[in-house]
Amino acid sequence: MSKAFSSEVDAGSRKENASKQKSEYDVAVVGGGLLGSAIAWGLGRLGKRVAVLDEGDITKRASRANFALVWVQSKGLGMPAYTVWTVQASQAWGRLASELKQQTGLDVSLQQNGGFHLTLGEDEFGQRAELVKRMHNQVGAADYKMEMLSASEVKKSLPLIGPEVSGGSYCPLDGHVNSLRTFRAFHTGFIAFGIDYFPERPVSAISKSGGEFRLTTPKGELGAAKIVLAAGNANQTLAPMVGLYAPMGPTRGQIVVTERTMPFLPHPLTTIRQTDEGTVMIGDSKEDELDDRALKHSISAVMTDRAQRMFPHLSRLNVVRSWAGIRVMPQDGFPIYDQSETHPGAFVACCHSGVTLASNHAFEIARMVAQGALEPELVGAFSASRFGGAGAANNSGY
Amino acid sequence: MFRRSEQDKRPNVQIFVDGVAVAARQGDTVSAALLASGRDVRRSTAVSGAPRLPYCMMGVCFDCLVTIDGVGNRQGCLVPVADGMQVEIQKGKREIGK
Amino acid sequence: MTVAPKREAYDVVVIGAGPAGLAAAATSAEAGLSTLLLDENIGPGGQVFRAIASTPVTERNQLGADYWAGADLVQALRASSAEVIHRATVWSLDRNLEIAVSIGGASAFVKAQRVILATGALERPFPIPGWTLPGVMTAGAAQTVLKSSALVPDGRTVIAGQGPLLWLLAAQILRLGGRIDRILDTTERGNYFAALPHAFGFLTSPYFAKGLSMMREVKAKVQVVSGVTELSACGEGQLASVSYVAGGKRETIPADLLLLHQGVVPNVNLAMAAGVEHRWDELQLCWSPVLDANGASSVAGIAIAGDGAGIGGANAAVVRGRIAARAAVEALAPAAAATLTSMAALRADLARAERGRVFLDTLFRPAQQFRIPTGDTIVCRCEEVTAKDVLDSVAIGATGPNQLKAYRRTGMGPCQGRLCGLTVTELMAQARGKTPQEIGYYRLRAPVKPITLAELAAVPKSEADVKAVVRG
Repeated sequence: MSKAFSSEVDAGSRKENASKQKSEYDVAVVGGGLLGSAIAWGLGRLGKRVAVLDEGDITKRASRANFALVWVQSKGLGMPAYTVWTVQASQAWGRLASELKQQTGLDVSLQQNGGFHLTLGEDEFGQRAELVKRMHNQVGAADYKMEMLSASEVKKSLPLIGPEVSGGSYCPLDGHVNSLRTFRAFHTGFIAFGIDYFPERPVSAISKSGGEFRLTTPKGELGAAKIVLAAGNANQTLAPMVGLYAPMGPTRGQIVVTERTMPFLPHPLTTIRQTDEGTVMIGDSKEDELDDRALKHSISAVMTDRAQRMFPHLSRLNVVRSWAGIRVMPQDGFPIYDQSETHPGAFVACCHSGVTLASNHAFEIARMVAQGALEPELVGAFSASRFGGAGAANNSGY
Repeated sequence: MFRRSEQDKRPNVQIFVDGVAVAARQGDTVSAALLASGRDVRRSTAVSGAPRLPYCMMGVCFDCLVTIDGVGNRQGCLVPVADGMQVEIQKGKREIGK
Repeated sequence: MTVAPKREAYDVVVIGAGPAGLAAAATSAEAGLSTLLLDENIGPGGQVFRAIASTPVTERNQLGADYWAGADLVQALRASSAEVIHRATVWSLDRNLEIAVSIGGASAFVKAQRVILATGALERPFPIPGWTLPGVMTAGAAQTVLKSSALVPDGRTVIAGQGPLLWLLAAQILRLGGRIDRILDTTERGNYFAALPHAFGFLTSPYFAKGLSMMREVKAKVQVVSGVTELSACGEGQLASVSYVAGGKRETIPADLLLLHQGVVPNVNLAMAAGVEHRWDELQLCWSPVLDANGASSVAGIAIAGDGAGIGGANAAVVRGRIAARAAVEALAPAAAATLTSMAALRADLARAERGRVFLDTLFRPAQQFRIPTGDTIVCRCEEVTAKDVLDSVAIGATGPNQLKAYRRTGMGPCQGRLCGLTVTELMAQARGKTPQEIGYYRLRAPVKPITLAELAAVPKSEADVKAVVRG
């Protein structure tokens, strides 16, 4: 175990304090959520000395509040490069899952047998068909076989749908995974790779001197040759410290979870999925609200009402909990991957689809960070320069 | 495990447990009636299939889950018995539509 | 028959019909405030006065005078104008004092000017090896079936643990002719010395004489083993024997029923989900709400009375219920407060009722090995997570119960941490070298009890709600 922090550490902690050492780490990743963990894991896999700085038990973690979809359909309207990036991630996920299984023994229950977005009534069907058409018509669109299906066609795959279902869009590349187990697998993998994980150390300041970055936390400073800002919505505040720009526009989403039931849903939907545990997750809302403690039951009512109209037999199932999460959401919805010109060696990475893109983060982003440069052909479209100059942070509460 | 005290003069109520008639008393909760019946009323969990019986009898442990009149995962310790009630012992995960 | 609340808004809503709730609702109603009392059970009484209005155990000396005192509380409530709904499960309470309650499979919403939470306590978890085996139950469970259905143990029965309730239960079982083969007392010997400084309060309290006579009554008929330091339940699919260590010696006895008890702790779920601030109480080893002298919590308008405010027993619960109700009356209808017992008199009553409490808390402080399990012993019953699983999660960096929940699903089951939360907090505190206060607790949210999808779907929705969800 490395000893990195240059000031006093809390008593009783297992990690002992030690004297200052220059650039003990090749890379410090700020943020231990799914995105930061995937990148850190990928770097450890390449033999780099990595430290991960994370917040504590109570914090707004999208990694604990997501819908666990590995999703391709409808991604990239307005940015075809995102579609390409997403398809690549979906194709690489199998390799990630099997490497995690081999390393940690944990099976993340990846299932990629196609997914649906169901519609209720003819109006919704029409709207969805429009979206599918617009995506097909995009210049540079990758063909990932997203198509509209009628209700009777849907029924062949999902026999339990109710009479109000008018059909929906389907994509054979869509899937889902046990995202919490994936999160656990990454952190378990840290031990094997010798990655140091430091919780309860939110970063408040970053400076660069003598060729290394110094990160300030409540429990002391840490030094690293390179840093990756992977702190979700908080990237907006951290990025300018190293000459980067990461405008975010978070929203709140609510989810309802039921007790376990026998398997009935062989494919995930955008709004309903049955986990490998047997529980059913139902979502989701988009609210301009940043308090993840408060819940609006009327919104849960809309979600559950739609769910039981899609699958009538769900109505008697018990809801055992509901929660809200704050989405990590870049301002235009597309990922931000950037490297600093004023502070070479500083990278920023944030996106909404931390689950879907986990494979790309672990394999591609990690590789590029290790090599010292992001590749324009791969991720150039995601630079924050697309926002037109590093302006002041927008007023999103971060 | 339990027997009824002779003091109990409450009228009988007939319920059915997995189709078999069982004598209960008016005012019993379903779980109390099951425990008093002398039958093997162990359920098995949805996670591992481990056998369980009620633990707290006050609605906080959820080990008393039982199907009542076709509706699954009811807390038996909170539901009073009624004549003709159909009780089914649950094995594993809840079934579709039940 | 489904009963719905008669109004949409009340002056005072009381949740829980145990001693605190009964007293609070009666007091509030007597002062002329519109009052609604909601309770999950079939009849009034909570746990301590369970089945007071319906028990088949009618011979008064069997359950004892302390139990029958509850009948007066129920009578006072029924004589008042309070609206009472039983089999009503409150599943949500928020900062705006909006209450969602499930009655007969349908949810109703009521608004209150003041809410008095009287949801009481539950048994402290007792995570010994084998505690999930069929045949292992709490002492409270045995007391519940005794009071409400006149059921008594008739097989090979062992009672294990500590605290006044254990002796009360044993006495009641014996009076009804039930069978107890052995009592295993886990009271730590060192606690006797620690409790000595508080002995005077105890000796001059009502507990002392009653407690002593009950213990004598039980010890005359049942073998009692003191100083039990290890305990486990054994069997394949069903309890078959109980193994224990006392005085350095291990013994195993066959058993069909093991009744566990090591005190009760506040049932915090509804209060925490409503945002009420709690703090770790190092003497009572549990989370207690932060309250002022009137029972007012950190959420404006929500007061807590009874054992949910901190374990104090039935008599203290009654007085706290009256204090919280009186405070509501003072705020909403000050002129009517003059007709009630004065606050000064109530505070004197409370002091009297709380005499001896510190002694009991000190003497019956459960031993660490019975609060913090090891190895394969199950911590989370719902999700079947062991102590080792919890420690493995700490080893990969989980700093508290919420990250643990993400890794291992502890607290995700229907009980929402009621049976694992305290164990998790203490186990993680020990593993990380921190205090339970620093470790924290699960972040709880509504629904605090399960409701069906259909019921949730029927909650009124606005167009804005629909727009927030249906986004193409």
